[in-house]
Amino acid sequence: MSGRHLLSVADLGRQGIEEILRLADSFKEVAGRPIPRVPALRGKTVATLFFEASTRTRLSFETAAKRLSADVMSFSASTSSLEKGESLRDTIETIDAMGVDAMIVRHRSSGVPARVTAWTSASVVNAGDGQHEHPTQALLDCYTIREALGESGGRPQTDFSGLRIGIVGDVRHSRVARSDVLALSLLGAEVVLVAPRTLLPPSLEGWPVKATADLDAVLGELDVVYLLRIQAERAGRLLLPDLDEYHARFGLTRERAGRLAERALIMHPGPMIRGVEIAPEVADLPASLVTRQVRNGVFVRSAVLFHLLAGPAGAVVGEEDGDG
Amino acid sequence: MAERERRLTRPEGRVFHARTKVMDEDGVARALRRIAHEVIERNHGLSDVVVVGLQTGGVPLAERLRAALSEIEGVPVPFGSLDVAFYRDDLSLRPVLPQEVTEIPFDLTGTTVVLVDDVLYTGRTVRAALDALADHGRARAVQLAVMVDRGHRELPIRPDYVGKNLPTRADELVDVSLDGVVIGELGEEAP
Amino acid sequence: MAELLIRGGTVVDEGGERRADVLVSGRDVVAVAEGIEAPAGARVLDAGGCLVAPGLVDLHTHLRQPGGEVAETVESGCRAAALGGYGAVVAMPNTEPAIDDPSVARDVLELGRGALAQVAVAGAITIGRRGERLSPMGELAALGVRLFTDDGSGVQDASVMRQALEYAGDLGVVLAEHCEDASLAAGGHMHEGAWSSRLGLPGQPALAEEAMLARDLSLVRLTRTPMHFLHLSTAGSVDLVRRAKAEGLPVTAEVTPHHLLLTDAEVASYDPVFKVNPPLRGQADVEAVRGGLVEGVIDAVATDHAPHPPETKERPFEEAPPGMLGLETALAVAFGALSGRLGAVGLLGAFSWRPARIAGLDPASGGRQGGPVAPGAPANLVVFDPAAEWEVDPAALSSRSRNTPYGGRRLRGRVRHTLREGEPVVVDARAQR
Repeated sequence: MSGRHLLSVADLGRQGIEEILRLADSFKEVAGRPIPRVPALRGKTVATLFFEASTRTRLSFETAAKRLSADVMSFSASTSSLEKGESLRDTIETIDAMGVDAMIVRHRSSGVPARVTAWTSASVVNAGDGQHEHPTQALLDCYTIREALGESGGRPQTDFSGLRIGIVGDVRHSRVARSDVLALSLLGAEVVLVAPRTLLPPSLEGWPVKATADLDAVLGELDVVYLLRIQAERAGRLLLPDLDEYHARFGLTRERAGRLAERALIMHPGPMIRGVEIAPEVADLPASLVTRQVRNGVFVRSAVLFHLLAGPAGAVVGEEDGDG
Repeated sequence: MAERERRLTRPEGRVFHARTKVMDEDGVARALRRIAHEVIERNHGLSDVVVVGLQTGGVPLAERLRAALSEIEGVPVPFGSLDVAFYRDDLSLRPVLPQEVTEIPFDLTGTTVVLVDDVLYTGRTVRAALDALADHGRARAVQLAVMVDRGHRELPIRPDYVGKNLPTRADELVDVSLDGVVIGELGEEAP
Repeated sequence: MAELLIRGGTVVDEGGERRADVLVSGRDVVAVAEGIEAPAGARVLDAGGCLVAPGLVDLHTHLRQPGGEVAETVESGCRAAALGGYGAVVAMPNTEPAIDDPSVARDVLELGRGALAQVAVAGAITIGRRGERLSPMGELAALGVRLFTDDGSGVQDASVMRQALEYAGDLGVVLAEHCEDASLAAGGHMHEGAWSSRLGLPGQPALAEEAMLARDLSLVRLTRTPMHFLHLSTAGSVDLVRRAKAEGLPVTAEVTPHHLLLTDAEVASYDPVFKVNPPLRGQADVEAVRGGLVEGVIDAVATDHAPHPPETKERPFEEAPPGMLGLETALAVAFGALSGRLGAVGLLGAFSWRPARIAGLDPASGGRQGGPVAPGAPANLVVFDPAAEWEVDPAALSSRSRNTPYGGRRLRGRVRHTLREGEPVVVDARAQR
């Protein structure tokens, strides 16, 4: 991994992703112990700065940090002085002055974590910024796919080549989709975006993807169906006639689930809206990895924090010496 | 981590140059056999004894020790492996990534753990290992077996079973495998 | 009367360029010739290696006064202008209150009286720039207001624009449009394209500019009232204006220095200092506006100098206001962007005499800007050293704000001296008061 921040999956590259996933295996093992905690980040302080509410992601990061024995500070916009007119820069510099080693930043605006790096000496982890990226989500998605593939046997673990993954839904507004497209294609998967034109980014120039508006045409060829959350407020705002029509054209209905390839996997970043992007009963099929994604989130986030914070300037494999 | 592993991954293109072979394959096998007898004698059998190898250099030695123990006493011996990267006290000085996943598929509470590593040097790896073991349960006792004790201890740690005591200089490296023990040093890559 | 000799430079005006010294006495140029002997007691300004030209005229300056004094004042903005080589600026009317009333216009003109650059004002087309009711254009024209614009936003209602054009036609004034169809641009914080898609920032399409421009060109065809198009930024806009001019429509157009140099790739830093309206476009658009200027389809370079206090640019990109500083860097930036494609006469024409004419500040309109450098002409002059290299330090700028996109960049070409009505207001790149 280059650098001491994780702002985009692009910061990692293929090798960085593979390292994080390998490291996550160790944290999966730690989670199974009677005392699921290691002292690796004892004395380090991790601050979660959630300018946009997301209890799930915040708890996942905080659990991940605590498993490494880091001290955790929690800052949320509702308890902040931002509403009193303090600038973002002042907020960051104030928290920086308290002495933190990492800031985990979630914001409704794209690019905020990148800006934060200018105002703090701490490592910055993007926990989801606007419509830009959500790199730890993509990492946990890759980890979950790798884990599922490992169980069905055969395939080299982090090589996704030959795998066809359909990302279905509101790609345009989705930070999850942007990070997943980068991560999955870096690992060799073929990514197909499935969405009406109104929910695709205005330009796909430079995106290693194919795009289609016809879910039924590609459904049978997909190894993974990755459903994105459709936000109700998009409907009726010119992008989408209504949610019923969306469900009819792009929802994973019981009937469509029946036409999936054998062993095809179903994923969703949560929270799921049953009856819109996915039929209620499909969400509970064995092929659905949704609860595993949540569990794996903690392992992957521990791996990211360990990777960024253990060592003077980011960990490098094989630099140990001296002690036998 | 085993010095053997380190040699392979050392940065800046520097590599291990073997100088003296101080123990051959048979020597290592004999030493393990002797240690197995010592373990049995000291613990009056193998009741509640488990073997845990330190990743990565201690693991093959530990596997061999476990096999010897089972063969001599005719009972199965539980086996685990431990990576201590998360427990090291020098993470902030020298970043270390775990090489392998820890696997201790049983509760250590009440057991006598025979911890196996290839080389005992400063003692910091063993210190980390003791902390790590504690997170897997409260062992009744922990005993330390190493193939080579090369001196230069920085912590009050001593081995219970030693394959060979080997005085070394700090700038030397010791490479231990089932094939033997070699002393050497770091040097530029051969042209 | 104080005399001043500008020695050793190359004089550039609409008539061409020639090596000459320029002798100034009082407010006027009295001699232009090679090897002028400095009269006793005359101050001598070195212009070795420099271009000596009529002062620059900025068609598009946000002085922020009244209402935005925390960002800029007439005084600070005019000091920045003088440092950038400007003899005159046209103050945009999107102040608080807007310049939609003779009393506000009079106040701004009064504030500009002692400033380091001449201040002209543009009036709002509609009351409060709300795009509904026409401002008292006649009364404002009587105060000398020549340009009218709702800059900051376009006039969305086509029938309002039609009436404004018909009404303005009788007054001999020019309407200037900020072309941006609000419904198409809505919610866009940068140029819509590959970068906006990748960065996850809502974009505004080139079409938002071009659709309104096309509408306005049709209205000019209908009304025959002259129109000026502010800060055109897309290849499509250049094509539309090219065709309109070929057809003989009375239209002029400007481009900003930043649209000549920077692309939307800058936004990858998410630094709101690169947020501007119209947004930084793609490389093909940059090429097209450069070509448009070289070709003469675009008449003028105008800064759209838009100061914002630092704290507003320390917000998330989507929450920060659009706009960037321009006055102190404009000539160097344009010079760099067009080097090798446009000679000194072409470039300074886009900065001086052509905008002077559009603003009605040229000698033919009774003004004192943009005329030839000749005996008897007003001594509003700029001395520009095209070889000087300097690094832009935002903290060292004269503007009250710091939102330059060029902080830390090295620019080639710098204004050495500026004369305002014979007074050396900038000497050796330092403001004299």
